[in-house]
Amino acid sequence: MRIIVCAKQVPDTSEVRIDPVKKTIIRDGVPSILNPDDANALEEALKIKDNNPDVTVSVVTMGPPQAKDMLIECLAMGADEGVLISDRAVGGSDTWATSNVLSATIAKMGPFDMIFAGRQAIDGDTAQVGPQIAEKLDLPQVTYVTEFEIAKNLKDIKVKRQLEDGYEEIEIQTPCMLTAIKELNSPRYMSIGGIVDACGADADIKVWNAKDIEVDLTTVGLEASPTNVYRSFTPAPKGKGMMIEADGEKEQAKVLLTNLKAKHVI
Amino acid sequence: MNFQLTKEQEFVRKMVREFAVNEVEPLAAEIDAEHRFPVETVKKMADYGMLGVPFPKEYGGAGSDHIAYAITVEELSRVCASTGVVCSAHTSLCGWPIWNYGTEEQKQKYLVPLSKGETLGAFGLTEPNAGTDAAGQQTKAVDMGDHWLLNGSKVFITNGGFADTFIVMAMTDKSKGTRGGISAFIVEKGFKGFSIGKTEDKMGICASSTTELIFEDCIVPKENLLGEIGDGFKIAMATLDGGRIGIASQALGIAQGAFDVTVEYMKARKQFGKSLSKMQALQFEMAEMKTRIEASRLLIYKAANMKDKHLKYSSAAAMAKLYAAETAMYVTTKCVQFHGGYGYTKDYPVERMMRDAKITEIYEGTSEVQKMVIAGEVFK
Repeated sequence: MRIIVCAKQVPDTSEVRIDPVKKTIIRDGVPSILNPDDANALEEALKIKDNNPDVTVSVVTMGPPQAKDMLIECLAMGADEGVLISDRAVGGSDTWATSNVLSATIAKMGPFDMIFAGRQAIDGDTAQVGPQIAEKLDLPQVTYVTEFEIAKNLKDIKVKRQLEDGYEEIEIQTPCMLTAIKELNSPRYMSIGGIVDACGADADIKVWNAKDIEVDLTTVGLEASPTNVYRSFTPAPKGKGMMIEADGEKEQAKVLLTNLKAKHVI
Repeated sequence: MNFQLTKEQEFVRKMVREFAVNEVEPLAAEIDAEHRFPVETVKKMADYGMLGVPFPKEYGGAGSDHIAYAITVEELSRVCASTGVVCSAHTSLCGWPIWNYGTEEQKQKYLVPLSKGETLGAFGLTEPNAGTDAAGQQTKAVDMGDHWLLNGSKVFITNGGFADTFIVMAMTDKSKGTRGGISAFIVEKGFKGFSIGKTEDKMGICASSTTELIFEDCIVPKENLLGEIGDGFKIAMATLDGGRIGIASQALGIAQGAFDVTVEYMKARKQFGKSLSKMQALQFEMAEMKTRIEASRLLIYKAANMKDKHLKYSSAAAMAKLYAAETAMYVTTKCVQFHGGYGYTKDYPVERMMRDAKITEIYEGTSEVQKMVIAGEVFK
């Protein structure tokens, strides 16, 4: 069984600031990390591999040359192979163009049984690339996977899909595409032995360009992208909440009503 | 000359830092207060390869180097010095001598499980009457033909209460003196006649297990002699050279940890209408501390690099440990001072860090011993 994990190197948003004038993200000096939801996707793939030694896990990403570091991290966690598509021609791609690149790459990578991606990347928060890849590769898909179970035949899968006000239990078979949310699992750390191998000469990390994946160049990159970022901004912080402390629910309700009345809300 | 860490070493730092912050730091105050050896953390460290960092993969290790090992001890000690020394004593004092002096059978039997962290290691040289003067060994090993018979006791043995494999020094021929008279043995927990004595109640590194080892007609198989008969002192001294890189890294970690929490404290704490971080007298002190920390780090990595390159590094390791230990005391004492009254309470980690720092000037050779080693090299 071969599992492909889609991952993205993203700026650590806990340390991101927005340029007040240009309204763009200040990336200077901000560390890059493996997108958190993608780490959950990788962890679930690695868990299948833990229990089934014949399973291989390949990680695919699109990004600048330094995104190779993120693939090293994925290999150090236990992935077998990493593929980076890095080419100026694909730079500035929106989700549609990105999924064109990634689905072409996956097609080029050969047979697979399952694609696991994170729900969304913390820099764009679109949650579109995973589903778009599934559509372009004509795969059934389940998004927002919060529980995952695969049968011994490595074909029949049961998942729990998180919704805003509940969940769905879905049965699906490979080949398929799933997207993970953080509740799915706790990603493992790299191991030191894994780091040694992933940094070594024998590490299986490929860097491909647009030609290598034979993608239609008119469907990738900034020019081909139908959507553009119009403006980035920091939303004004909401006012501070108020904690009501009182003995019992009745008392608390009383305090709440008094406050709401005082502010002429009711 | 290259002062850049390799990609591998950088990733090791990133990984151990994440592990330490998530798995070790939350327990540090608790295991210190309870004097509890962190068995659960040691198991996790084993799973991630932290108990065999510099040993080759064919012997169960991670296959990295001694700088990565130093970084591992440093990052663990940055949040918990007790956890840091578990790794240091295990790796430097037990795994390493078996790797360097052991037979292939000994490596397979003992080093492989040690490196994988399936077993924990310890080292016994110090005795009640033989500390810095290690030549005064009273533990004796007698050749009984088909086995060795050990009698005596060891004190202050790090990991003692939780170790499975011990490197133990014992006198095999007193007439030959230190060099030639002492031999090294691999002793397993559970060998007949071997028991753990008193557990020390210490000022710092309270979660580290420091115990007495007692040998009463302890039967040790012939094949558990490490190296040749009479090699014990040589093995012990070479082992301690490496151990000093570990303890220096522990000291560095303590200093860096205290420094980091103090930077945050100084930004948050306001007196006289401004943050402590805006006060130049304190800023200059912090600059002094940072410089000493960085100097310690360079001395340690240099010694570790020399060890990896099989150069003679005794003096380099002694300088690293001397300086890093003194820096740990210097920095933690100042950091407690900068926290004022809060720094003296157990609500802030600098109190623990200052207590933990002191041991680095004492064990695996006191600062005075380090000066003996360094001066010995100068005036040889």
